[in-house]
Amino acid sequence: MNEPVLGGMASTALDRSEPIFRKGNTNCGGCGMSITLQALRHAAGEHSVQLIIPACCGAVAGGTFPQSTFGVPTLMTTFACSPAAASGAAAVAAMNGEDTRVICFAGDGGTFDIGFASLSAAAERNEDILFLCYDNEIYGNTGGQRSSATPAGAVTTNTPEGKPEQKKDILAVMAAHRIPYAASISLAHAEDAHRKLKHALNLRGFRFLHALSPCPTGWKSEPALGLELVRLAVRSGLFPVYEIFDGKRHVVNIEPDFSDEALDMYLSLQRRFQKSGLTAADLRPAIDRYWQNLRSLSGRIVPARRQE
Amino acid sequence: MTVELLSANHAAALAATQAGRANRKGRGFVSGVYPITPSTECMEFLCQQSFDKGRVVRVESEHSAMGVCIGGASAGARTFTATSSNGLAYMYENCIAAAMLRLPVVMAVANRTLGPPWNIWADHGDALTLRDHGLIQFYCADNQELFDTVLAAFRLAEDKRVLMPVMVNMEGFILSHTVAQTDVPDQAQVDDFLPPADIPHRMNHAAHTLGQIEIPHQTEMHRWQHHQAMLEVPKIYAEVRSEFEKVFARRLADAVEPYRADDAETLIVSMGTIGLTAERVVDACRANGRRVGAVRVRLYRPLPGEAIRALFAGRKAVAVIDRDISLSTGGILWQDVRGLAAPETVVQGYMAGLGGGDVRPEQIEKMLADLAPRKTAGAPAVMEAV
Repeated sequence: MNEPVLGGMASTALDRSEPIFRKGNTNCGGCGMSITLQALRHAAGEHSVQLIIPACCGAVAGGTFPQSTFGVPTLMTTFACSPAAASGAAAVAAMNGEDTRVICFAGDGGTFDIGFASLSAAAERNEDILFLCYDNEIYGNTGGQRSSATPAGAVTTNTPEGKPEQKKDILAVMAAHRIPYAASISLAHAEDAHRKLKHALNLRGFRFLHALSPCPTGWKSEPALGLELVRLAVRSGLFPVYEIFDGKRHVVNIEPDFSDEALDMYLSLQRRFQKSGLTAADLRPAIDRYWQNLRSLSGRIVPARRQE
Repeated sequence: MTVELLSANHAAALAATQAGRANRKGRGFVSGVYPITPSTECMEFLCQQSFDKGRVVRVESEHSAMGVCIGGASAGARTFTATSSNGLAYMYENCIAAAMLRLPVVMAVANRTLGPPWNIWADHGDALTLRDHGLIQFYCADNQELFDTVLAAFRLAEDKRVLMPVMVNMEGFILSHTVAQTDVPDQAQVDDFLPPADIPHRMNHAAHTLGQIEIPHQTEMHRWQHHQAMLEVPKIYAEVRSEFEKVFARRLADAVEPYRADDAETLIVSMGTIGLTAERVVDACRANGRRVGAVRVRLYRPLPGEAIRALFAGRKAVAVIDRDISLSTGGILWQDVRGLAAPETVVQGYMAGLGGGDVRPEQIEKMLADLAPRKTAGAPAVMEAV
């Protein structure tokens, strides 16, 4: 396998011999979840891995019984309880001295919304779980409804005029649990994503990773442009890529250039923002405020936006 | 063997503790717990126990409590939880998931009225809402029976021909908070009775997915297999009983418990503690030469239909007492068993103690008086205290 998105990295000797997500899956072309799972394969190496997947596109992607496209032991749970089920599985692994990495792999619904109580509680208990959220900012399985991860202005099937409310800041919420590690990962920055996935896999305790996962079907965008969209979101400052250690130390991993051009490009390449007619100028104040806060947390005395 | 003074809640928790410890040579014990009246003391007791190879996870909801059990059982552990009423309703989705995933989770349920309006007292309506989804259900009448049934539930649930969750029910407060002397076996005996759990479809090292998508004919086939497996449960429970008797040298209550029923013209059928009150009424009737007997249904799902049919054969009349109401149709047990009698037997449904009211001998006497002149069964009736 030599996916250009991983810069050819997936074919090194460090790679896992069997893919975590195999060929023949049912994902749409350009699905960010597929890319996330390939990145996970590369980072996981030969770690023993169990996947705990709540209702989400991931539960469908495995295909129908008895075949499965998941190349590791996998449990499909009800929508709201993947962290609870993972707590049970992780407890059994620990008491049997097994070095298994129990990974919750959930969409934004199972993370930000219906799964949140279970997620928050597992984080509070510092369960030995890696929680990996592939956030496509929409309820994809049910045909594209808003979640609390949907950004303001995006049209969904139940916000036909565009969602009025802002996206929930899940990373800050998870950091407030003071878990050992929380980070956002950009699928367009493979090396940074790889480093964080590896770091999270090697840590023990509760680790939370948040990936912005392009959804051509829901975003009404070109399948081939998914990673470009992520790159634009990172570059413009819309999707901050940073990590938080023990809920205290904030480190910005990728410096945006806060380009309005990139932001306008990001918006114009997705038909979901067409109706609300959002422009960079509409989003910029909120992005600046977010980064001012992030700068103060990360201890970097840098203006939110670089002075040209 | 020791004799301990235990509430039924504590008896259930102690049985689960011993069962959990018995799996130390297997993959251990996992329990997810969350408090709710009146089953709280069960989880509190469990949280005070120590396990060489076990963990009790204090979660944020009943839904997650069963979630932990699902994850634990999927990884091969012995699992247990306890709940009541709205907690069970909140757990409902995961109870069904555990059943459909064929995971041998054992749970104690202190039956309580569903609300709001809030009512913390006993009603079987909470557990009965789960009758149709492949969970085994027992209803117990005293502390010893509850303790023994929880132990037996693990053996039954983990039998490879069964592999499904087992709910062991006790009426809230009436039984859950009653303290009674209970024979508690030694751990070595429990170890004998409960060999390490072996869950054949657990997550191991293979690329194996539990709970993935099925298309209609696959689901139909799996439901049919599950249905067939449930039909085998009464037979397998008989094996579990004889194993139990061998190891613990005492009788384990049967799926259906008749009382002075052999020559009875009239039977009083019920579940849980009402059955013991009915037995006192039977004694009083017999003292007056009236041929009345009682039948207590302990195994409600799968319903041991043949055993009940045999007990109903040749009777003049049967009074079925439900501590529940299926709104618009009446008592749930009554609806389940009325078709098991011959057409000439009058099977009349009564509801009593709904929402936790006492069911007194006078009420049951009143039912018998109401039943005696009937030539055919009428609409199910709520029978108030005199």
